[in-house]
Amino acid sequence: MAGAAPQGASRSEVYRGNGPRLMLPTWVFIGIFLVLPVGLMAIYSFLTKEFRGGVIWEFTWAAYDQFFLDRGLFGDEPPSIEWTYIGIFWRSIWQAGLATVLCLLIGFPTAWFIATREASARPVWLFLVTIPYWVNLLIRTVSMKFLIRDNGPLNEFLLWTGVISDPLSLINTNFAVQLGLFYSYLPFMVLPIYSAVERYDFALSEAAADLYSDNWTTLRLVILPVVKPGIVAGCILVFVPSLGAFLAPDLLGGAKTFMIGSLIEEQFKGAAGNWPFGAAAAMILLSIVMAVLLLHARAQSKEAS
Amino acid sequence: MDQHSVAVDVDRVVKRYGTVTALHGVSMDIRQGEFFTLLGPSGCGKTTLLRCIAGFEDVSEGAIRLKGEDIAPLPPHKRPVNTVFQQYALFPHMTVLENVSFGLRRRGWSDRDASGRSREVLEMVRLSDFAKRRPGQLSGGQQQRVALARALAPGPEVLLLDEPLSALDLKLRQAVRVELKQIQRETGIAFVFVTHDQEEALTMSDRIAVMSEGRVQQIGSPRAIYEAPQNRFVADFIGETNLLDVTVTSVSAGMAELELPGGLPLRCPAAEGAVQGAGHVSVRPERIAIGAPGAGTLPATVADHVYLGTDIQLHAKLDDGAPILVRMQNAGQDSVPEAGSRLGLTIEAGAARLLAD
Ligand SMILES: Nc1ncnc2c1ncn2[C@@H]1O[C@H](COP(=O)(O)OP(=O)(O)OP(=O)(O)O)[C@@H](O)[C@H]1O
Ligand SMILES: [Mg+2]
Repeated sequence: MAGAAPQGASRSEVYRGNGPRLMLPTWVFIGIFLVLPVGLMAIYSFLTKEFRGGVIWEFTWAAYDQFFLDRGLFGDEPPSIEWTYIGIFWRSIWQAGLATVLCLLIGFPTAWFIATREASARPVWLFLVTIPYWVNLLIRTVSMKFLIRDNGPLNEFLLWTGVISDPLSLINTNFAVQLGLFYSYLPFMVLPIYSAVERYDFALSEAAADLYSDNWTTLRLVILPVVKPGIVAGCILVFVPSLGAFLAPDLLGGAKTFMIGSLIEEQFKGAAGNWPFGAAAAMILLSIVMAVLLLHARAQSKEAS
Repeated sequence: MDQHSVAVDVDRVVKRYGTVTALHGVSMDIRQGEFFTLLGPSGCGKTTLLRCIAGFEDVSEGAIRLKGEDIAPLPPHKRPVNTVFQQYALFPHMTVLENVSFGLRRRGWSDRDASGRSREVLEMVRLSDFAKRRPGQLSGGQQQRVALARALAPGPEVLLLDEPLSALDLKLRQAVRVELKQIQRETGIAFVFVTHDQEEALTMSDRIAVMSEGRVQQIGSPRAIYEAPQNRFVADFIGETNLLDVTVTSVSAGMAELELPGGLPLRCPAAEGAVQGAGHVSVRPERIAIGAPGAGTLPATVADHVYLGTDIQLHAKLDDGAPILVRMQNAGQDSVPEAGSRLGLTIEAGAARLLAD
């Protein structure tokens, strides 16, 4: 029994009062599987690397130094900024941003389409959207590679139709990586937008039309602002994993499309790895993501007041 | 009536949804500056007609003209008509002021002019202090007034209101009725007001169109609708009435000679289209006088009475078993006819009306 309501407390206060207790399992789970590993990683990023992988328990800034500063081949020159890793990060952010925009451009109309079907047909459409995701991401990415390789079905088809005379070399390009990211994360865009559009009251669109706005104006001034929480959620859900993705860049891209995810992954693989450096890169990635989320949360709470 | 005083001309409008016909050839003229009410039971097509005028639905047949001009080709956002929606449909992400300015801004008003005008309208609906709030922070009655202000601000030719008071409680509803009527008079905008509440219709309207099953049953002033109903539907739907089976012997020049049940002769006004033979008259309960049984009266037996404060309602039975309702004013009578007592009812010529069906 939750016990009787305290004197003078309203129903909703009682429900709210129970909130913390209901959150307990979540706190425990997050504590063990999120805070602990992240804390561990933070510590590792300040340790000294062991040559065959692993770490030596000696605290140092070496990993961050290596990330940001260039001290020459032998480490004895005056430090200047090391652009290699910042460049990889920058490119990753750009790639993830582009993938997010692509997902939004395709995902919004898709979500809109599904949400405006008969209520009985919507689950079927949603099911169709999720079908490809029943197959493992690795397998999907590899099949994408087969689809777009030089003598793959896509090129064969284009050659057959006569649109092109030489096979397009798509593999190992930005385009291929984009395709992979887009395909991997599209549903994360569609689903939150769908649930926002489904709750959208179409009387608002009628009210806007009644007050002299054409369809585009209604979209811009009424529909988009009202479903914005869904759009923002979708963008975060696509952007964040795209930023750390390594399957698509690894399998579909090449050296030129190297992304953060692959950089981190390499540090933990085999003898060439550098655990503290990988941990430091991961911490920097985490800080970027946290900064984006905090900015968004601040903007939202400002809007609400 | 000259052509220019007509704001909206609804001309034989038919609206079909697949196999369902919601409007069967509806015609009406809504005059400039009048408070016009569409009254009818649920599902009779009131909302459908309003949506056709606003442009949210296309008419299947017939035409709707605004100041003489056919508006069929105009999409909703080009019609000089604004709507107060039943559930208000206020933009949740905008402040009250932004909601009210919305229409003006879309019509190209500058931000400053639109805000100025919107504040005037908010003043009119007594919401000046709430300009900066969001709709979610307002009570139902306040939201209703924002919806009204938002629709009034662009100064439409015609304002369409779909049961705008139905979400309010009784007390508030009565207060808002008075306010709404006052605003209508001040602005001089034609209001097309939808309701299924006959009291609302009678107290607010200049004219009422009574609808049933997608057809207009009668259009007229509240008084005409109440006192000179056209048919059984209207007589029965508006207020309380007695519908008596009668035999009509002749109809001429709007007057009918007929026999009441039991053979009592009566001469009374006749609705247009009333014919000889079997028919129905409508007699309002408060227009029946009671007395002792005697020659020239309609004999009845009291079954029951209900005390209503200002009135006393008698449930009686005619000799052929037909029930009849009589309302006597509570003038402090010492005695009310007891159950089983015999009465003689007198129906004045002006109290009865022969109906068309
Ligand atoms: N989109 C639609 N598709 C099919 N039938 C419809 C549609 N809209 C309305 N109808 C039908 O048309 C008829 C008139 O409906 P309408 O909404 O105009 O009634 P109303 O008079 O406004 O009733 P209420 O007082 O309940 O609001 C009803 O029989 C309704 O079922
Ligand atoms: Mg309706």
